[in-house]
Amino acid sequence: MMSIRHDPQHTQLYLDGVSVSFDGFRALNNLSLIIMPGEMRAIIGPNGAGKTTMMDVITGKTRPDKGTILFDGDTDLTQMDEAGIATLGIGRKFQKPTVFESHTVWDNIDLALAGKRGPVASLFHRDGADNDRILAILDTIRLAARRHALASSLSHGQKQWLEIGMLLAQEPKLLLVDEPVAGMTDAETAETARLLREIAQTRSVVVVEHDMTFVRDLDVKVTVLHEGSVLSDGSLDHVSADPRVIEVYLGR
Amino acid sequence: MKSGILLPGLDRAGLLFGAVALGLAILIPVLNLAVPADSAFHVPPHVVALMGKYLCYALLALSVDLVWGYCGILSLGHGAFFALGGYAMGMYLMRQIGPRGMYGHPILPDFMVFLNWQELPWYWLGFDQFWFAALMVLVVPGLLAGLLGWLAFRSRVTGVYLSIITQAMTFALLLAFFRNDMGFGGNNGLTDFKDILGASIQADGTRSALFAASAIALALGFFLCRWIVRSKLGRVLIAIRDAESRTRFLGYRVEHYKLLVFVTSACMAGVAGALYVPQVGIINPGEFSPANSIEAVIWVAVGGRGTLIGSVIGAVLVNFGKTLLTNALPEIWLFALGSLFIAVTLFLPRGIVGLWTGYWTRRREKQAASITTQPVTEGQ
Repeated sequence: MMSIRHDPQHTQLYLDGVSVSFDGFRALNNLSLIIMPGEMRAIIGPNGAGKTTMMDVITGKTRPDKGTILFDGDTDLTQMDEAGIATLGIGRKFQKPTVFESHTVWDNIDLALAGKRGPVASLFHRDGADNDRILAILDTIRLAARRHALASSLSHGQKQWLEIGMLLAQEPKLLLVDEPVAGMTDAETAETARLLREIAQTRSVVVVEHDMTFVRDLDVKVTVLHEGSVLSDGSLDHVSADPRVIEVYLGR
Repeated sequence: MKSGILLPGLDRAGLLFGAVALGLAILIPVLNLAVPADSAFHVPPHVVALMGKYLCYALLALSVDLVWGYCGILSLGHGAFFALGGYAMGMYLMRQIGPRGMYGHPILPDFMVFLNWQELPWYWLGFDQFWFAALMVLVVPGLLAGLLGWLAFRSRVTGVYLSIITQAMTFALLLAFFRNDMGFGGNNGLTDFKDILGASIQADGTRSALFAASAIALALGFFLCRWIVRSKLGRVLIAIRDAESRTRFLGYRVEHYKLLVFVTSACMAGVAGALYVPQVGIINPGEFSPANSIEAVIWVAVGGRGTLIGSVIGAVLVNFGKTLLTNALPEIWLFALGSLFIAVTLFLPRGIVGLWTGYWTRRREKQAASITTQPVTEGQ
């Protein structure tokens, strides 16, 4: 597949010809993808299509073998570590809810708040200055009433929301969300769709998801990944009608 | 709160601990020196030395708890930092002997004369000065921890692999210090000390002063740890322990945090070793034995990891038990220690302090349940 020739200027995230191999297995194969500022995008694809690896290379967990990854049109992410990329303004939500179980809901958000990240600054940090911001985020994720509870006592769905709240506190320009509704009830799924749409009003969001009802709820442009590169993109109806997509999902 | 900045960690529990430690620092020397030997309240000198030893172990346990309990770094090599601090102090004490050694050499310690060495190796220079030795007590363990930590944390070595590396480090040092040509007295180590800061090391007054210094060092170490774990830094450490990659993706450089706390902890262990050596009168390579480091981890587990106070309680109780048992039935001590560790892991995963706090939490919950539940309204 040809790589997209596109001006990276004014893009939020720009991937061009990105390849990653693990022991000869090509997890990403010449992947090209562009996310514009304020855009919300859903990424779907069968197991092993490279969705999680794509998140890994964007967030610095995995180094690509080749290819370009630019943030804000000019910052080369392939040379940075996870902490550096996170500080730039990229938040990542894991597939399995990952929160700090032995901290309270409040402290989880507090730790995620944008601010200085060095150990010495932390040692001399004064508590209390950010209470309003924390409360506002807790309201958004509907956990204000449970703010003094330990995160370990939350339900699965609440942990997912707490993690989304932590990402909000980070104030990212780009949010990567990996299967946010896996294991959620229908009511929780609908609530999560609402939450993500609210978040996407002020930043770019990339959602990887298997749940087609949820993707339909989001009502955004869809990109289909297959064997590490883009197979098709467009509206959900468009890609569902694409014969290549049907073959990948149903043909084997 | 101004006092929170000036005297970090000085809340009620901190004050209580400080008061107990300082009370002991005054009380024990008074009971030893001022109370006549035939009184029931007299504390004999060997008991002062024994208790001083326990307090040094408690400081070591505190340093293990800081990295293991709060940051999840299970170091099985903290005994090495303890021993290095001990050797730094031992080198000072050796040089204080001066011409009073068996061979009467004005500068060289006996073992160097015995090996026919002509001059002091370069790394023994400066150790005739107390301030230099005291500095090395912090610098040498801190540097080693910094180097090891920098390499390990940067390469993201965690969990059992890190434990094995720290264990290997202390074992490597054990073998190295056994060698005569290392210049640290080989198998016999450093001993036959005479003076510390001009005072005879055998004198009752010196022993009492060393005990008081150990109690004060323990209190200072406790306040330092408490300040760290109650700051935002401490919350980040717990975050790293619970979900390291989450912490990374929030933008925290996990390796910097680990390195800072690992080096701090190693320096504390070094101080513990430095206070231990003049009280037991000897430092030899046996202190690098991996078993010592594992024992320190058991103290923390018994007392309750991640509680600070638990590590102190665990160290004192287990060592008190060790003193009793090794006097009565020396051959079963290791079996007893092993069984204790298994029992604590199975039945008391949160240690003695966990048992205590668990009891109070349950009691409070029961009380709260009996009263009608009231909504919580205030912010933090």
